[in-house]
Amino acid sequence: MIDARGLRCPLPVIRLAARARELPAGTELVVLSTDPAARPDIAAWCRMRGHELLRQEPEGDAIRHLVRLNG
Amino acid sequence: MTYLDAAVVAPVHPVARQALLSALDEGWADPRRLHTQGRHARLLLENARAAIAAELGARTEEVTFTGSYEAAVHAAVLGVRHARRRTGSAVITSAIEHSAVLQAASWPPDAPHVRIGVDSSGVVDVAAFAAAVREPGVVLACLQAANAEVGTLQPVDALAPHTRTAGVPLLMDATAVAGHAPLPAGWDILVADPRSWGAPGGLGVLVVRAGTRWTAPGPPGDDVEAVAGSPSVPLALAAAVALQQTGAQRDAQEAHRRALLNQIRNAAERITDTDVAGNSATGLPHVLTFSCLYVDGEAAVNELDRLGFAVGSGSACTASTLAPSHVLEAVGLLTHGNIRIGLPANVAASGVARFCEVLPAAIASVRSLLGADEL
Repeated sequence: MIDARGLRCPLPVIRLAARARELPAGTELVVLSTDPAARPDIAAWCRMRGHELLRQEPEGDAIRHLVRLNG
Repeated sequence: MTYLDAAVVAPVHPVARQALLSALDEGWADPRRLHTQGRHARLLLENARAAIAAELGARTEEVTFTGSYEAAVHAAVLGVRHARRRTGSAVITSAIEHSAVLQAASWPPDAPHVRIGVDSSGVVDVAAFAAAVREPGVVLACLQAANAEVGTLQPVDALAPHTRTAGVPLLMDATAVAGHAPLPAGWDILVADPRSWGAPGGLGVLVVRAGTRWTAPGPPGDDVEAVAGSPSVPLALAAAVALQQTGAQRDAQEAHRRALLNQIRNAAERITDTDVAGNSATGLPHVLTFSCLYVDGEAAVNELDRLGFAVGSGSACTASTLAPSHVLEAVGLLTHGNIRIGLPANVAASGVARFCEVLPAAIASVRSLLGADEL
C-alpha cells in the first residue's frame, strides 16, 4: 500500500511507478492520495503503461485507488 | 525569447498597437457627448463596432463591447436566464467550456447546469447535448467554437439545428477561433476574448442576434452599450483593426502554423511516456497540448522559460486554484507535466525548430529533479 497523502503531483504517480517496477504482473496495489490530480493521473498512468485501474473511491478526505499491474 | 502561449493571449498585433496609439489621441472623449470631440469618439467607436460585426458575420447593432471577456460571458448567461426565467433556468454546456462559462452556468450555486461529456479528443457528444436541450426548463446552450487548450474544433453547426428546434439559444465562445479558423454560423449569442486575435486586453465582445431572448442583466446604464459600462474607444478600435488584420492573414497563417505545430507534435510524441492530445489534421492550426509522465508542470514551464520559451500549462501546480485543468481531466489526458502550446501569428520557424531541439533535454532534466529518470 502506498500512502501518498499530503504529496502533490506528480509525486503520487512517481511513488506508484517506482513501487510497480519492483513487483510482478498480477500484483494489486493500493494508493491513498489527497492530491486532486491523482484521480485523473493514476488513471492516465495505467492507460499509458498498460496497467489496470480497478477502483477509485473516497476514503475519508483521501481517495483510495486500486491498481492491478500487468506485465 | 520565443512566445508560444498565444492561444488565448496573443501578442498585440503591430497594426492594432498603432491604432490604439492613434485612437488615444483622437478617441479619448466621451462618445455620448454632442461636441466635436465626443462625436468623433462616437464615430470611431461605431466604426469599430461595424468592423467587428462584419468579421463575425453579425449586424452592427448586435455587437456590444464589455470591459472584459468574463464580463461578456456573465452578461450573456445572466441575461438569458433573466429573460427566460418563466421558462426555467437550466443551462447546458460542454464539459470543457472556458471556466468563466462553467462558473456563470453554475451560479448561483443551486442554478441547474448540465455538462455534456467529450471524447478523448475533446469533441462534445452532440446526441447527448441534443437530448439535454429538449428537457423542460432549459433556457441556454453553450458550446465553444473550439477548445483553446486541446485545439479541438467543436461540432457547433451539427448542434445548432437541435437547439433551434428546441427553442434554446446557443451561446458560442469564439475565443481562439475568430481570426484563425472559419467560424461556425449557427449561434445566437457569441462571446470572445479579443486578446486571442492580437488585441490589447481590457475589452470583451458580446454579440446577441436580433430576436434572441436576452436582457442586459443588472442595473441599466447609458444608451451606447447594451451592457452597462463605457468601453474604451481606443481599445475597441484596436480590437477591430486586430481582428481585420488577423482575419486577412488567416489562410496564410493556417498553412504556416500547422506545419510548425506538427513539428512540435512530432517532437513531443518522440519523448517517452508523453501523452499528446487532439488530432493534428483537424484541430486549430496553432494549439497543441501534451503531458509528460513524472514531470512537475511548474518546473517544466520554468525550465523552458529559462531556455527562452514561454509556454502555458494546465497542471495543478501551475494553476492558482491548485486543481488540474478541467479540460485535461475531461479528455482523459495526463494532467501533471502538462505543456500548452499556442503559436502566435508569424511565429519564426527557427524558434520552433530550436524548441523541438531543446524539449527532450528539458523534460529529461525536470524528470531527474524528482529522481524519475529511471522509471
